[in-house]
Amino acid sequence: MSVAPPLLAVEGLTKSYGGIHAVRGVSFSLRAGEILALIGPNGAGKSTCFDMLNGQNKPDTGHVRLLGEEITGRKPREVWRLGVGRTFQITATFATMTVRENVQVALISHGKQLFNLFGSAPKFDRAEAGRLLELVGMGGYADRPCGELAYGDLKRLELAVALANQPKLLLMDEPTAGMAPRERVDLMRLTAQIAREKSIGVLFTEHDMDVVFEHADRIIVLNRGTLIAEGSPAEVRGNPQVQAVYLGEGLVYDARHREGASV
Amino acid sequence: MAFYVVQFLTGLASAASLFLVASGLSIIFGVTRIVNFAHGAFYMIGAYIAFTLTERLSGAFGFWGSIVLAALAVALIGVLVEMVLLRRIYHAPELFQLLATFGLTLMVEDLVVLIWGPDDLVGRRAPGFRGAIDFFGQNVPSYDLFLIVLGPVVLGILWLLFQRTRWGVLVRAATQDRDMVAALGVNQKWLFTSVFAVGVFLAALGGALQIPRDAVHHAMDLRIIVEVFVVVVIGGLGSIVGAFVAAVLVSELNAFGILIFPKISIILVFLVMAAVLIVRPWGLFGKPEAAARKTPGLTVNPWRPLTSNERLAALAALVVAATLPLFAGNYALTVGSEIAIFVIFAVSLHFLMAVGGLASFGHAAYFGLGAYGIAFLAKMAGLPMIVCLLLGPLLGCMGAAVFGFFAVQLSGVYFAMLTLAFAQIVWSIAFQWVSVTGGDNGILGVWPSSWAASPSRFYWLSLGVAALVTIALRAMVFSPFGYALRATRDSLLRSEAIGIDAKRIQWTAFVIAGTTAGIGGALFAYLKGSVFPDNLGISLSVDALVMVLLGGVETVSGAVIGAIVYKALNIWLVSQTDLSKLVLGGFIVLIVVVFPKGIVGMLELLAQRRRKASPPGSSLLAKPIESAE
Repeated sequence: MSVAPPLLAVEGLTKSYGGIHAVRGVSFSLRAGEILALIGPNGAGKSTCFDMLNGQNKPDTGHVRLLGEEITGRKPREVWRLGVGRTFQITATFATMTVRENVQVALISHGKQLFNLFGSAPKFDRAEAGRLLELVGMGGYADRPCGELAYGDLKRLELAVALANQPKLLLMDEPTAGMAPRERVDLMRLTAQIAREKSIGVLFTEHDMDVVFEHADRIIVLNRGTLIAEGSPAEVRGNPQVQAVYLGEGLVYDARHREGASV
Repeated sequence: MAFYVVQFLTGLASAASLFLVASGLSIIFGVTRIVNFAHGAFYMIGAYIAFTLTERLSGAFGFWGSIVLAALAVALIGVLVEMVLLRRIYHAPELFQLLATFGLTLMVEDLVVLIWGPDDLVGRRAPGFRGAIDFFGQNVPSYDLFLIVLGPVVLGILWLLFQRTRWGVLVRAATQDRDMVAALGVNQKWLFTSVFAVGVFLAALGGALQIPRDAVHHAMDLRIIVEVFVVVVIGGLGSIVGAFVAAVLVSELNAFGILIFPKISIILVFLVMAAVLIVRPWGLFGKPEAAARKTPGLTVNPWRPLTSNERLAALAALVVAATLPLFAGNYALTVGSEIAIFVIFAVSLHFLMAVGGLASFGHAAYFGLGAYGIAFLAKMAGLPMIVCLLLGPLLGCMGAAVFGFFAVQLSGVYFAMLTLAFAQIVWSIAFQWVSVTGGDNGILGVWPSSWAASPSRFYWLSLGVAALVTIALRAMVFSPFGYALRATRDSLLRSEAIGIDAKRIQWTAFVIAGTTAGIGGALFAYLKGSVFPDNLGISLSVDALVMVLLGGVETVSGAVIGAIVYKALNIWLVSQTDLSKLVLGGFIVLIVVVFPKGIVGMLELLAQRRRKASPPGSSLLAKPIESAE
């Protein structure tokens, strides 16, 4: 036991729905401060895989370990308490509350004050909430109702909420889906910066290959439920199997992105 | 042995009607997503019309023709209701739909008495099924055997209808994804109307077929709807097979429950329902709901604590209210006390419904339990008033803790139906367990001690408690717990992802709301000097819902205004007309269709519009995209 366990270690994760093997024996690991992209064509099992990491979904077999501790099959809220934040492909926020209140709820939960009946919530960790919002560039929106934010801002708010419990690991499911190109670059740059500063491990799924190749330290590729490649962006890009998978998906799509990414 | 077989057959025969009504409810819900509370009313009208027709048309053909004709006539009424009312509210929150159909039910109850009179009507025997068949010395009515066969036959016909016809395919498709069906060019309006007609037809047929077995009376709608809710909760909303299996199960439990617990047979059904809900919260044959729709509409203005000016205004209003005994007579003070008590009741439901997003349709259970708690302590234990007032609401608290635990496992319409069923169970116990609760005669002679006996003192007591409760609950809205509760209402997915145990938060809110309602009930018992099963009846639960909606479900303090306006109106109305249910029902329908945001919501909207008319220098809507850099 001389080597410290990795931040996240996934081992032989498997999940089937009826006769369909959504995920088959997926294993990988993630170090603190590392940004790992999980890519693959539609239906590859990315989301299933992702949901099994924080307990949203239960694997049939396999293990998920956080710093060596088994977290397989735990409830999402328990996984969160161990320091795993997550954002959703379709944002999940508290639409009737203000932007600041959204962050405050997370801080209240983190401070274990959920059953405090007579304290003042508007004053609760107000400064910290403001700081988190500043961090993601949402400082000016603190008092806006969350329901009227633009989609890109919701994504940034989710990031602030996910950072509220000082996570060790961030899981981001298609963090830039539905955003304008400019916003995508901004959000990922911001995420990468925060991850490096605070030494947070980030795992994200993404369809936009520009985002993936620019920001990921390492990439793992999923196809039909199995891991087919793993390595640095350059290695994955040159991998013939990966090329085959993406070329098989659609020539036009692939050509466009390969061109853009390899210049 | 033969006795048990006969009991079993009786259960099966009762299941037939129950299945017809429940399957109708399920079909309508599947496509339109409306839980049709008025289904019991259609069942009742079916029975009444069938009664009238069978009295007029003679012979076997006349009888069976009347049954079918009655069901068709009610289906026609159903079509009318769908086109005039429901089409306007398909996009309203579920709660409003439930409430609108409840308003209809109230109206029908008065209309039925107006047309057919208040007495029970005993119908004709069915031609060809008048006798009984001897079964090892026990008599089985041959009509029961007819019903036993009819149930599976209807199930078969429905199955064919849904599997083998074009209409059935459309209905099944719409049940899965109605937006997609609309996008594929199906005329949704007529699909909805036809589905509603079929559902109502089944309900009315169920009612019409009951007339040879049971007397027709004007309370049969509520009795059947509660049983039907239990059936669909057990069987799973949207599943016809589930409705059949659960109808048989519930009927058998009733048939044999009477042998085991003669007085409180409904307990057995409750235990089974609780067991099913723990194992399969979406029912035996139901599917887990994809995502619960939000119960209240989205608030555009986030809630905020009162400013100091608003606090002063509220305090001033309270002071003015406190001066009432200086110039008002005893009657006015009693009305004032009653209004204050209903403010407590409404505020407690508002906390659960608006803050927690949990629309309870049986909140009166905890109000009534508080009242009975007082009656037990004061009459039986002979404790002084102050002790009673502190301990009495604990009965409401305990009831809320037990029922709330099961109720919060569900959400949306399931939650509403379950809370209604629980309340009805509590009501049945209070009604049937005569040796303890006095049954229909209630418990009399619960009078306040001398320090609170005079109308003015009791008014001050009620007002003071109402003010305290309102302030405490309002403070809770802005407490960390209140934020967490609102979080679970807005997004279960997100709350779970940030470490919130939503069920425990909601359970706590349920217990808080139940205890608070119990406080109201406790005062109510002293105000009236007596306790009756009506204190925990359905109509009281609905009163609370209407008060909250009238005030505005999206506001923090609407419930207070709603309670004052509604209760004052109600007391006045009852003194003016015999048809208070008809007027009240119409009023409820009107609120839902015309003022969905309630009084306070309307005022806020107006104030907002005035503010928008003179916009501040910088536009709020133009937002910089580059702020991330």
